[in-house]
Amino acid sequence: MNIEQIVEEVLSEMGRSEKAEEKHLQYEQKKEVTVADPVSKENIEYVQRLTPARIGIGRAGTRMRTKNYLDFRVDHAAAQDAVFKDVEDEVIEQMGLSLLKSRAVSMQEYLMNLDAGRKLDDASADWLKNHAEKGKQVQIIVSDGLSSTGVEETVPDLYLSLTQGLESKNITVGTPVFIRKSRVWIQDEVAALTDCELVISLIGERPGLATSKSISAYIIYKPGEESVEADRTVFSNIHEGGVPPVEAGAYLADVIERMLENKASGVAFARLK
Amino acid sequence: MQNSVPVAAFLFLLRWTDQSFLHGEGKKTVKLSCTLRGEVYRFHSVKEVLAKAGEEKSGDVMAGIGAGSSLERMAAKYTLSELTLKDIYENPVISAEDEVTRIIYEDMSRTIYEEISGWTVGELREYVLSHDTGAEDLKRISRGLTSEMISGVAKLMSSIDLVLGAQKMRHEAHCNTTIGEPGRLAFRCQPNHPVDNPEGILASIKEGLSYGSGDAVIGINPNNEAVESVAKILHMSHDFIQKWKIPTQNCVLAHITTQMEALRQGAPVALMFQSLAGTNAANDEFGVNAGILDEGYELMKSKGTSAGPNFFYFETGQGSEVSLDGHEGVDMQTLEARTYGYARRWKPFMVNNVSGFIGPETLFDGKQMIRADLEDLFMGKLHNLPMGIAPTYTNHMQADQNDQEIAGMLTAVGGANFYMGVPGGDDVMLSYQDTSYHDDASLREMLGLRPLKEFEKWLQKMGIMEKGRLTNRAGDLSIFD
Repeated sequence: MNIEQIVEEVLSEMGRSEKAEEKHLQYEQKKEVTVADPVSKENIEYVQRLTPARIGIGRAGTRMRTKNYLDFRVDHAAAQDAVFKDVEDEVIEQMGLSLLKSRAVSMQEYLMNLDAGRKLDDASADWLKNHAEKGKQVQIIVSDGLSSTGVEETVPDLYLSLTQGLESKNITVGTPVFIRKSRVWIQDEVAALTDCELVISLIGERPGLATSKSISAYIIYKPGEESVEADRTVFSNIHEGGVPPVEAGAYLADVIERMLENKASGVAFARLK
Repeated sequence: MQNSVPVAAFLFLLRWTDQSFLHGEGKKTVKLSCTLRGEVYRFHSVKEVLAKAGEEKSGDVMAGIGAGSSLERMAAKYTLSELTLKDIYENPVISAEDEVTRIIYEDMSRTIYEEISGWTVGELREYVLSHDTGAEDLKRISRGLTSEMISGVAKLMSSIDLVLGAQKMRHEAHCNTTIGEPGRLAFRCQPNHPVDNPEGILASIKEGLSYGSGDAVIGINPNNEAVESVAKILHMSHDFIQKWKIPTQNCVLAHITTQMEALRQGAPVALMFQSLAGTNAANDEFGVNAGILDEGYELMKSKGTSAGPNFFYFETGQGSEVSLDGHEGVDMQTLEARTYGYARRWKPFMVNNVSGFIGPETLFDGKQMIRADLEDLFMGKLHNLPMGIAPTYTNHMQADQNDQEIAGMLTAVGGANFYMGVPGGDDVMLSYQDTSYHDDASLREMLGLRPLKEFEKWLQKMGIMEKGRLTNRAGDLSIFD
């Protein structure tokens, strides 16, 4: 073996060992009993199925075990990101929504000043006046609310199912919009500017650790100066683990049809039923 | 150069001698102003001084009543430090048409107040912190203070001031167990379930007990507020306590009128719960008033299952009034103090502060949450209340587990009577984070604190605890099977 061969071999060994050190980890979360030497593992497994609470997780001294602690932090991180991240423009484009904004210029302002998220900024209001279709039966708004993850992961199916449902019923729909950093009450201003009969907001809910993908739908028939909270109909808990989005869209289309027939929403609509 | 200019302040205050101030008759405007670093700051009322003297909190900013700048905040603090207790006494932030104000003034001792009415708020701070002032002195002086005075003095105190002040005061109460004894720290076991599944709730109770959590109360927040459903959980928790002979009390945190109805129908209630606020308007939103609380207390005396004489578990927290649009232009901290002034009439067993539960529009981040927790512990104790703290955060606040644990440790050093205990710190029903069973055990062992006396004996008998430390058997819910 000459020197060149030896060098080549050593180099290729090194290359292999570098490759061998590469580590890819797949994070997974699953419910399991992590108590050390429990009296009855079966009993703990059984009750773990009865509640989403973090029980049967064991301890390191008085603290949580490492994986359980990280699971908790992962869930919180997901919930936080859902609030503090903006919805990707791409998601909005794919749904064919026009992008508008509330008066809240920063996330800080949005979270700290409830009023800022309840009004359109001037450019958005002008855009609606000049470009949006007017006098349609239904106006759809998508709002990020408190969960951008909910908008990205739950709204696409929900929106498609809702619009198909309305189309099949020959209900006319105005120019659909997404409003960044917006709260529920912004729907009153949008309804006034587009002169629609009924407005529906699909809005991201305050995320919990169990899910950060949940969406609520708020519907109001002809909102005006005298409208109160009781005039709004709300359907919450729309996400894969709650009311599935496709099912919810079809259901909402039915509800909207009946609201248009009865010219009512909220408590007044509930009483009719 | 600017830094060497001495602070000069001028104070003008209109005082009046009769009690007309309590009823807003001939309401005069109090004019207060202060020159600080060459700038003149004017305040139109004691209420405004109090609001602007507080540390920054988003709820006060949103209400438009917080200080506009850091120096304005300091001008307000300086002005506040020079106000006398009499100035504050004669200028309640809300008139006595408000039930909360009326009760605060009715229940205080005029005699003790007269002795100290000439003190400034700055002097009150030094009295609280003085080596010569002990627990008994503070317990007495408490009876001469209005809630606004207590809020005011807390606004002049730093984190260490608040912890040291709080540490001096211990307040005991008795339901079935005695809470608040020196050297002991209790916990509420909070085994909530998203749809009230009784077996699921029971599993979380067992998990909590196996960590030594549950001596303050086993308290369940119901998802379903119907009387039958609440009664069912009361029976279930009561039966479990009986079966295992646990020295504690049960509670289902439904609205007080629902619990009263369940109690009348024969459900076993050891501790009665209600959320309270610091204005009439906000208490109306909560559906509670003095008449209902009196009735609840009488009902517990005659029909409750516990020894008493302390039958109530109250929950309070900065921000409830502003989020219910019932703040009347008063800052969150002062309203929280007023809530304590109101609560003390009904001699509660536990007052739990949950500042941080609402969201960033009231307390924006971990810093504001920690500050609120320290203020509330101190203010509650200076009202002679058996205070506990729930350092909490929601997922849309800029706070995380680290902030929560800091708040927990600091208030434990300050001598909180109790904390919550939530499985893994994640309340799956209310969607927020609170202290976990693990945190409960950690706070005890870290500070050498023991469970409540009777409960510690029970834990030893169960083999869960030895000499104040968890045994190998602890943390296993299946020991109850």
